[in-house]
Amino acid sequence: MTDKPLSPIVVDNPWARLNAFTDARIGLGRAGISLPTSKLLAFQLAHAQAQDAVHCPLDVEALSAELNGALGLTTAPIGLHSQAQDRATYLQRPDYGRRLNDGSREHLQQASTSQQRHDLAVVIVDGLSALAVQQNSAPFLNALHQALNDESSDWRLAPLTIVEQGRVAIGDEIGALLNADAVLVMIGERPGLSSPDSLGLYMTWAPEPGLRDDRRNCISNVRPAGLAVEEAARRFCLLLREARQRKLSGVQLKDRSEDDVLEGGSPSGSTRNFLVAD
Amino acid sequence: MAKTYHTTVGNRRYRFAGLAELMAKATPARAGDRLAGVMADSAEERVVAQMVLAELPLTTFLNEALVPYEEDEITRLIIDDHDAGAFEPIRHLTVGDFRNWLLSDHATSDVLTQVRPGITPEMAAAVSKLMRNQDLILVAKKCRVTTAFRNTIGLPGRLSTRLQPNHPTDDVTGIAASILDGLLYGSGDAVIGINPATDNVTQSVKLMRLMDEVIQKYQIPTQSCVLTHVTNTLEAIEQGAPVDLVFQSIGGTEATNRSFGFDLSTLAEAEAAAQSLNRGTVGRNVMYFETGQGSSLSADAHHGLDQQTCEARAYAVARKFNPLLVNTVVGFIGPEYLFDGKEITRAGLEDHFCGKLLGVPMGCDVCYTNHAEADQNDMDNLLTLLGVAGCNFIMGIPGSDDIMLNYQTTSFHDALYARRVLGLKAAPEFERWLEDMQIFQDVSTHRLNDQLPAAFANSLRHLPEEPQHDR
Repeated sequence: MTDKPLSPIVVDNPWARLNAFTDARIGLGRAGISLPTSKLLAFQLAHAQAQDAVHCPLDVEALSAELNGALGLTTAPIGLHSQAQDRATYLQRPDYGRRLNDGSREHLQQASTSQQRHDLAVVIVDGLSALAVQQNSAPFLNALHQALNDESSDWRLAPLTIVEQGRVAIGDEIGALLNADAVLVMIGERPGLSSPDSLGLYMTWAPEPGLRDDRRNCISNVRPAGLAVEEAARRFCLLLREARQRKLSGVQLKDRSEDDVLEGGSPSGSTRNFLVAD
Repeated sequence: MAKTYHTTVGNRRYRFAGLAELMAKATPARAGDRLAGVMADSAEERVVAQMVLAELPLTTFLNEALVPYEEDEITRLIIDDHDAGAFEPIRHLTVGDFRNWLLSDHATSDVLTQVRPGITPEMAAAVSKLMRNQDLILVAKKCRVTTAFRNTIGLPGRLSTRLQPNHPTDDVTGIAASILDGLLYGSGDAVIGINPATDNVTQSVKLMRLMDEVIQKYQIPTQSCVLTHVTNTLEAIEQGAPVDLVFQSIGGTEATNRSFGFDLSTLAEAEAAAQSLNRGTVGRNVMYFETGQGSSLSADAHHGLDQQTCEARAYAVARKFNPLLVNTVVGFIGPEYLFDGKEITRAGLEDHFCGKLLGVPMGCDVCYTNHAEADQNDMDNLLTLLGVAGCNFIMGIPGSDDIMLNYQTTSFHDALYARRVLGLKAAPEFERWLEDMQIFQDVSTHRLNDQLPAAFANSLRHLPEEPQHDR
């Protein structure tokens, strides 16, 4: 009986060069069937950074100043706060994060006494990644304004609001208080190891407190290495237009923006890739 | 009027206002029940509730619905489908006696299979609340739930994996890269299943075609699934897309499922539509369901129940539609429902036990998010425990990092660890394929090939020269 030659201690994967095509942790190699030490420690570092990101607060002042500069706003964004007074409470009480605190509600009620209707209220919410909001809000809103300007009809926008310690549903309360036909919530998504900066977009037609998830449409992963802001804005406008036409949002309003499939570096609609190339 | 339950411990009198409250207070502590305001007020009250629950006859759950029969189609499903004949051998038992019976040598694998249609989700949930982790493992291991489509999942001594090649923009080359990585680490026998970056029909059809082409080209004995809404998949089937499995997230109350945008009739329609395609080769299980404690509370549709009882009721929905796979995505929902590694571990074992006892082909997404108090060590522990318990399948993802859904689950490496330390194997048809393709030098000892197998070496020659991927 002859022994098979032993493998090297760490076996590299010859397909590791596929790393050029995805951020997924592929081609890591192996020690036996386990992670090599360098890959293990790289993961531990990323996890430590993501955990830290969850607890980093939103700098509302800096964001307001940036948005004023970037968008040339006529009125400064309105700062609001949920019922969750701090991050620890926020993490354990999502119900608090879905409602405005008393001060914020009164503030908005006063701000919207004119009863003027708005077509759209845009609400910026820290969510689980202030980083995502801090970095992507101005570029996305620029793209959104551009896309809305390209629409045939005029859009009456409610004053911009920025919410601390908020969850998605808080936008419905804000949209209702601002007399808006539709609300767009821009919120920091839960940070991933490779994407601590991912922004989520949620749209509700006819917002009011207490609506459930099936009344909202979502566009996810808006960030430089994910869905580009221009594409996200374009998709959102398609959704908004259809919502306005059909006077509804959520599961009854399917995302038809494909007709327009996400392209991601391949010819449109094609499934061709190296695995099935002949 | 709901019955109230009383008992006295020492000089303290405890009162539980109804079965739902008793069940909730008997539940091991977790964040979601605290959030819902249904948790026991003290450690003592929890054990007292467990003692009272242990004395209840199992028949209580047939006579007292936790969610009214008139209001909830899942209660109606549970009651109307209850098999009194199968229930007969355990009819006389209390919840506490039921635990003894399950652990006893009377409850063999065959007996557990026969009794299964007589057990309701509430009975399973109730007895689980009295069980330690080792009890949940021991009884689950005795339960056999085997399903099949292009391979056979859930045989004793097997641990399958869902290959989850998600990509944040559904980039086909990026997805193909993760599929290749997974296949070359022996992953993907449960399903190759993609969560699309955006829920739309055309995108889903494109991903279905992508996976179908890969499965056909390499003749892989596995199945594919795009985890899009059931109504999207129905539309894809109408368009002639190659649909193997229909996916849907499900919950344990009618209101939860309405918040997800479907009801039981939608699932019946979907099962029939997918079966009509006749794409399975060794079986006809065409549904893939995902569940997870906390979804009903999250949808404000929990009817005052604890989250583990709601979860068990979701398995009544699952078993009605003969799924190939049911996956409890245990740590995905976040710390407001399962706060830390300890709560996630307990919930994973409970879900696996309740699912298996009810006859559901249970797998587990052993996972956590970055805002939970958990890490890879907690996942290693739960993975090992579930491997011992005979879990049907787990996830497999490159380096544990889902770059689309932003959470961490088990990696291809992790699955091989579990298979190696516990002597578990892939589904038999898939295992043969791994050997034929020379992905493993020796599949019985889980020894991978150091060289790139010929069929895949050829494919890598087709790589584009200039990657467009933006790092």
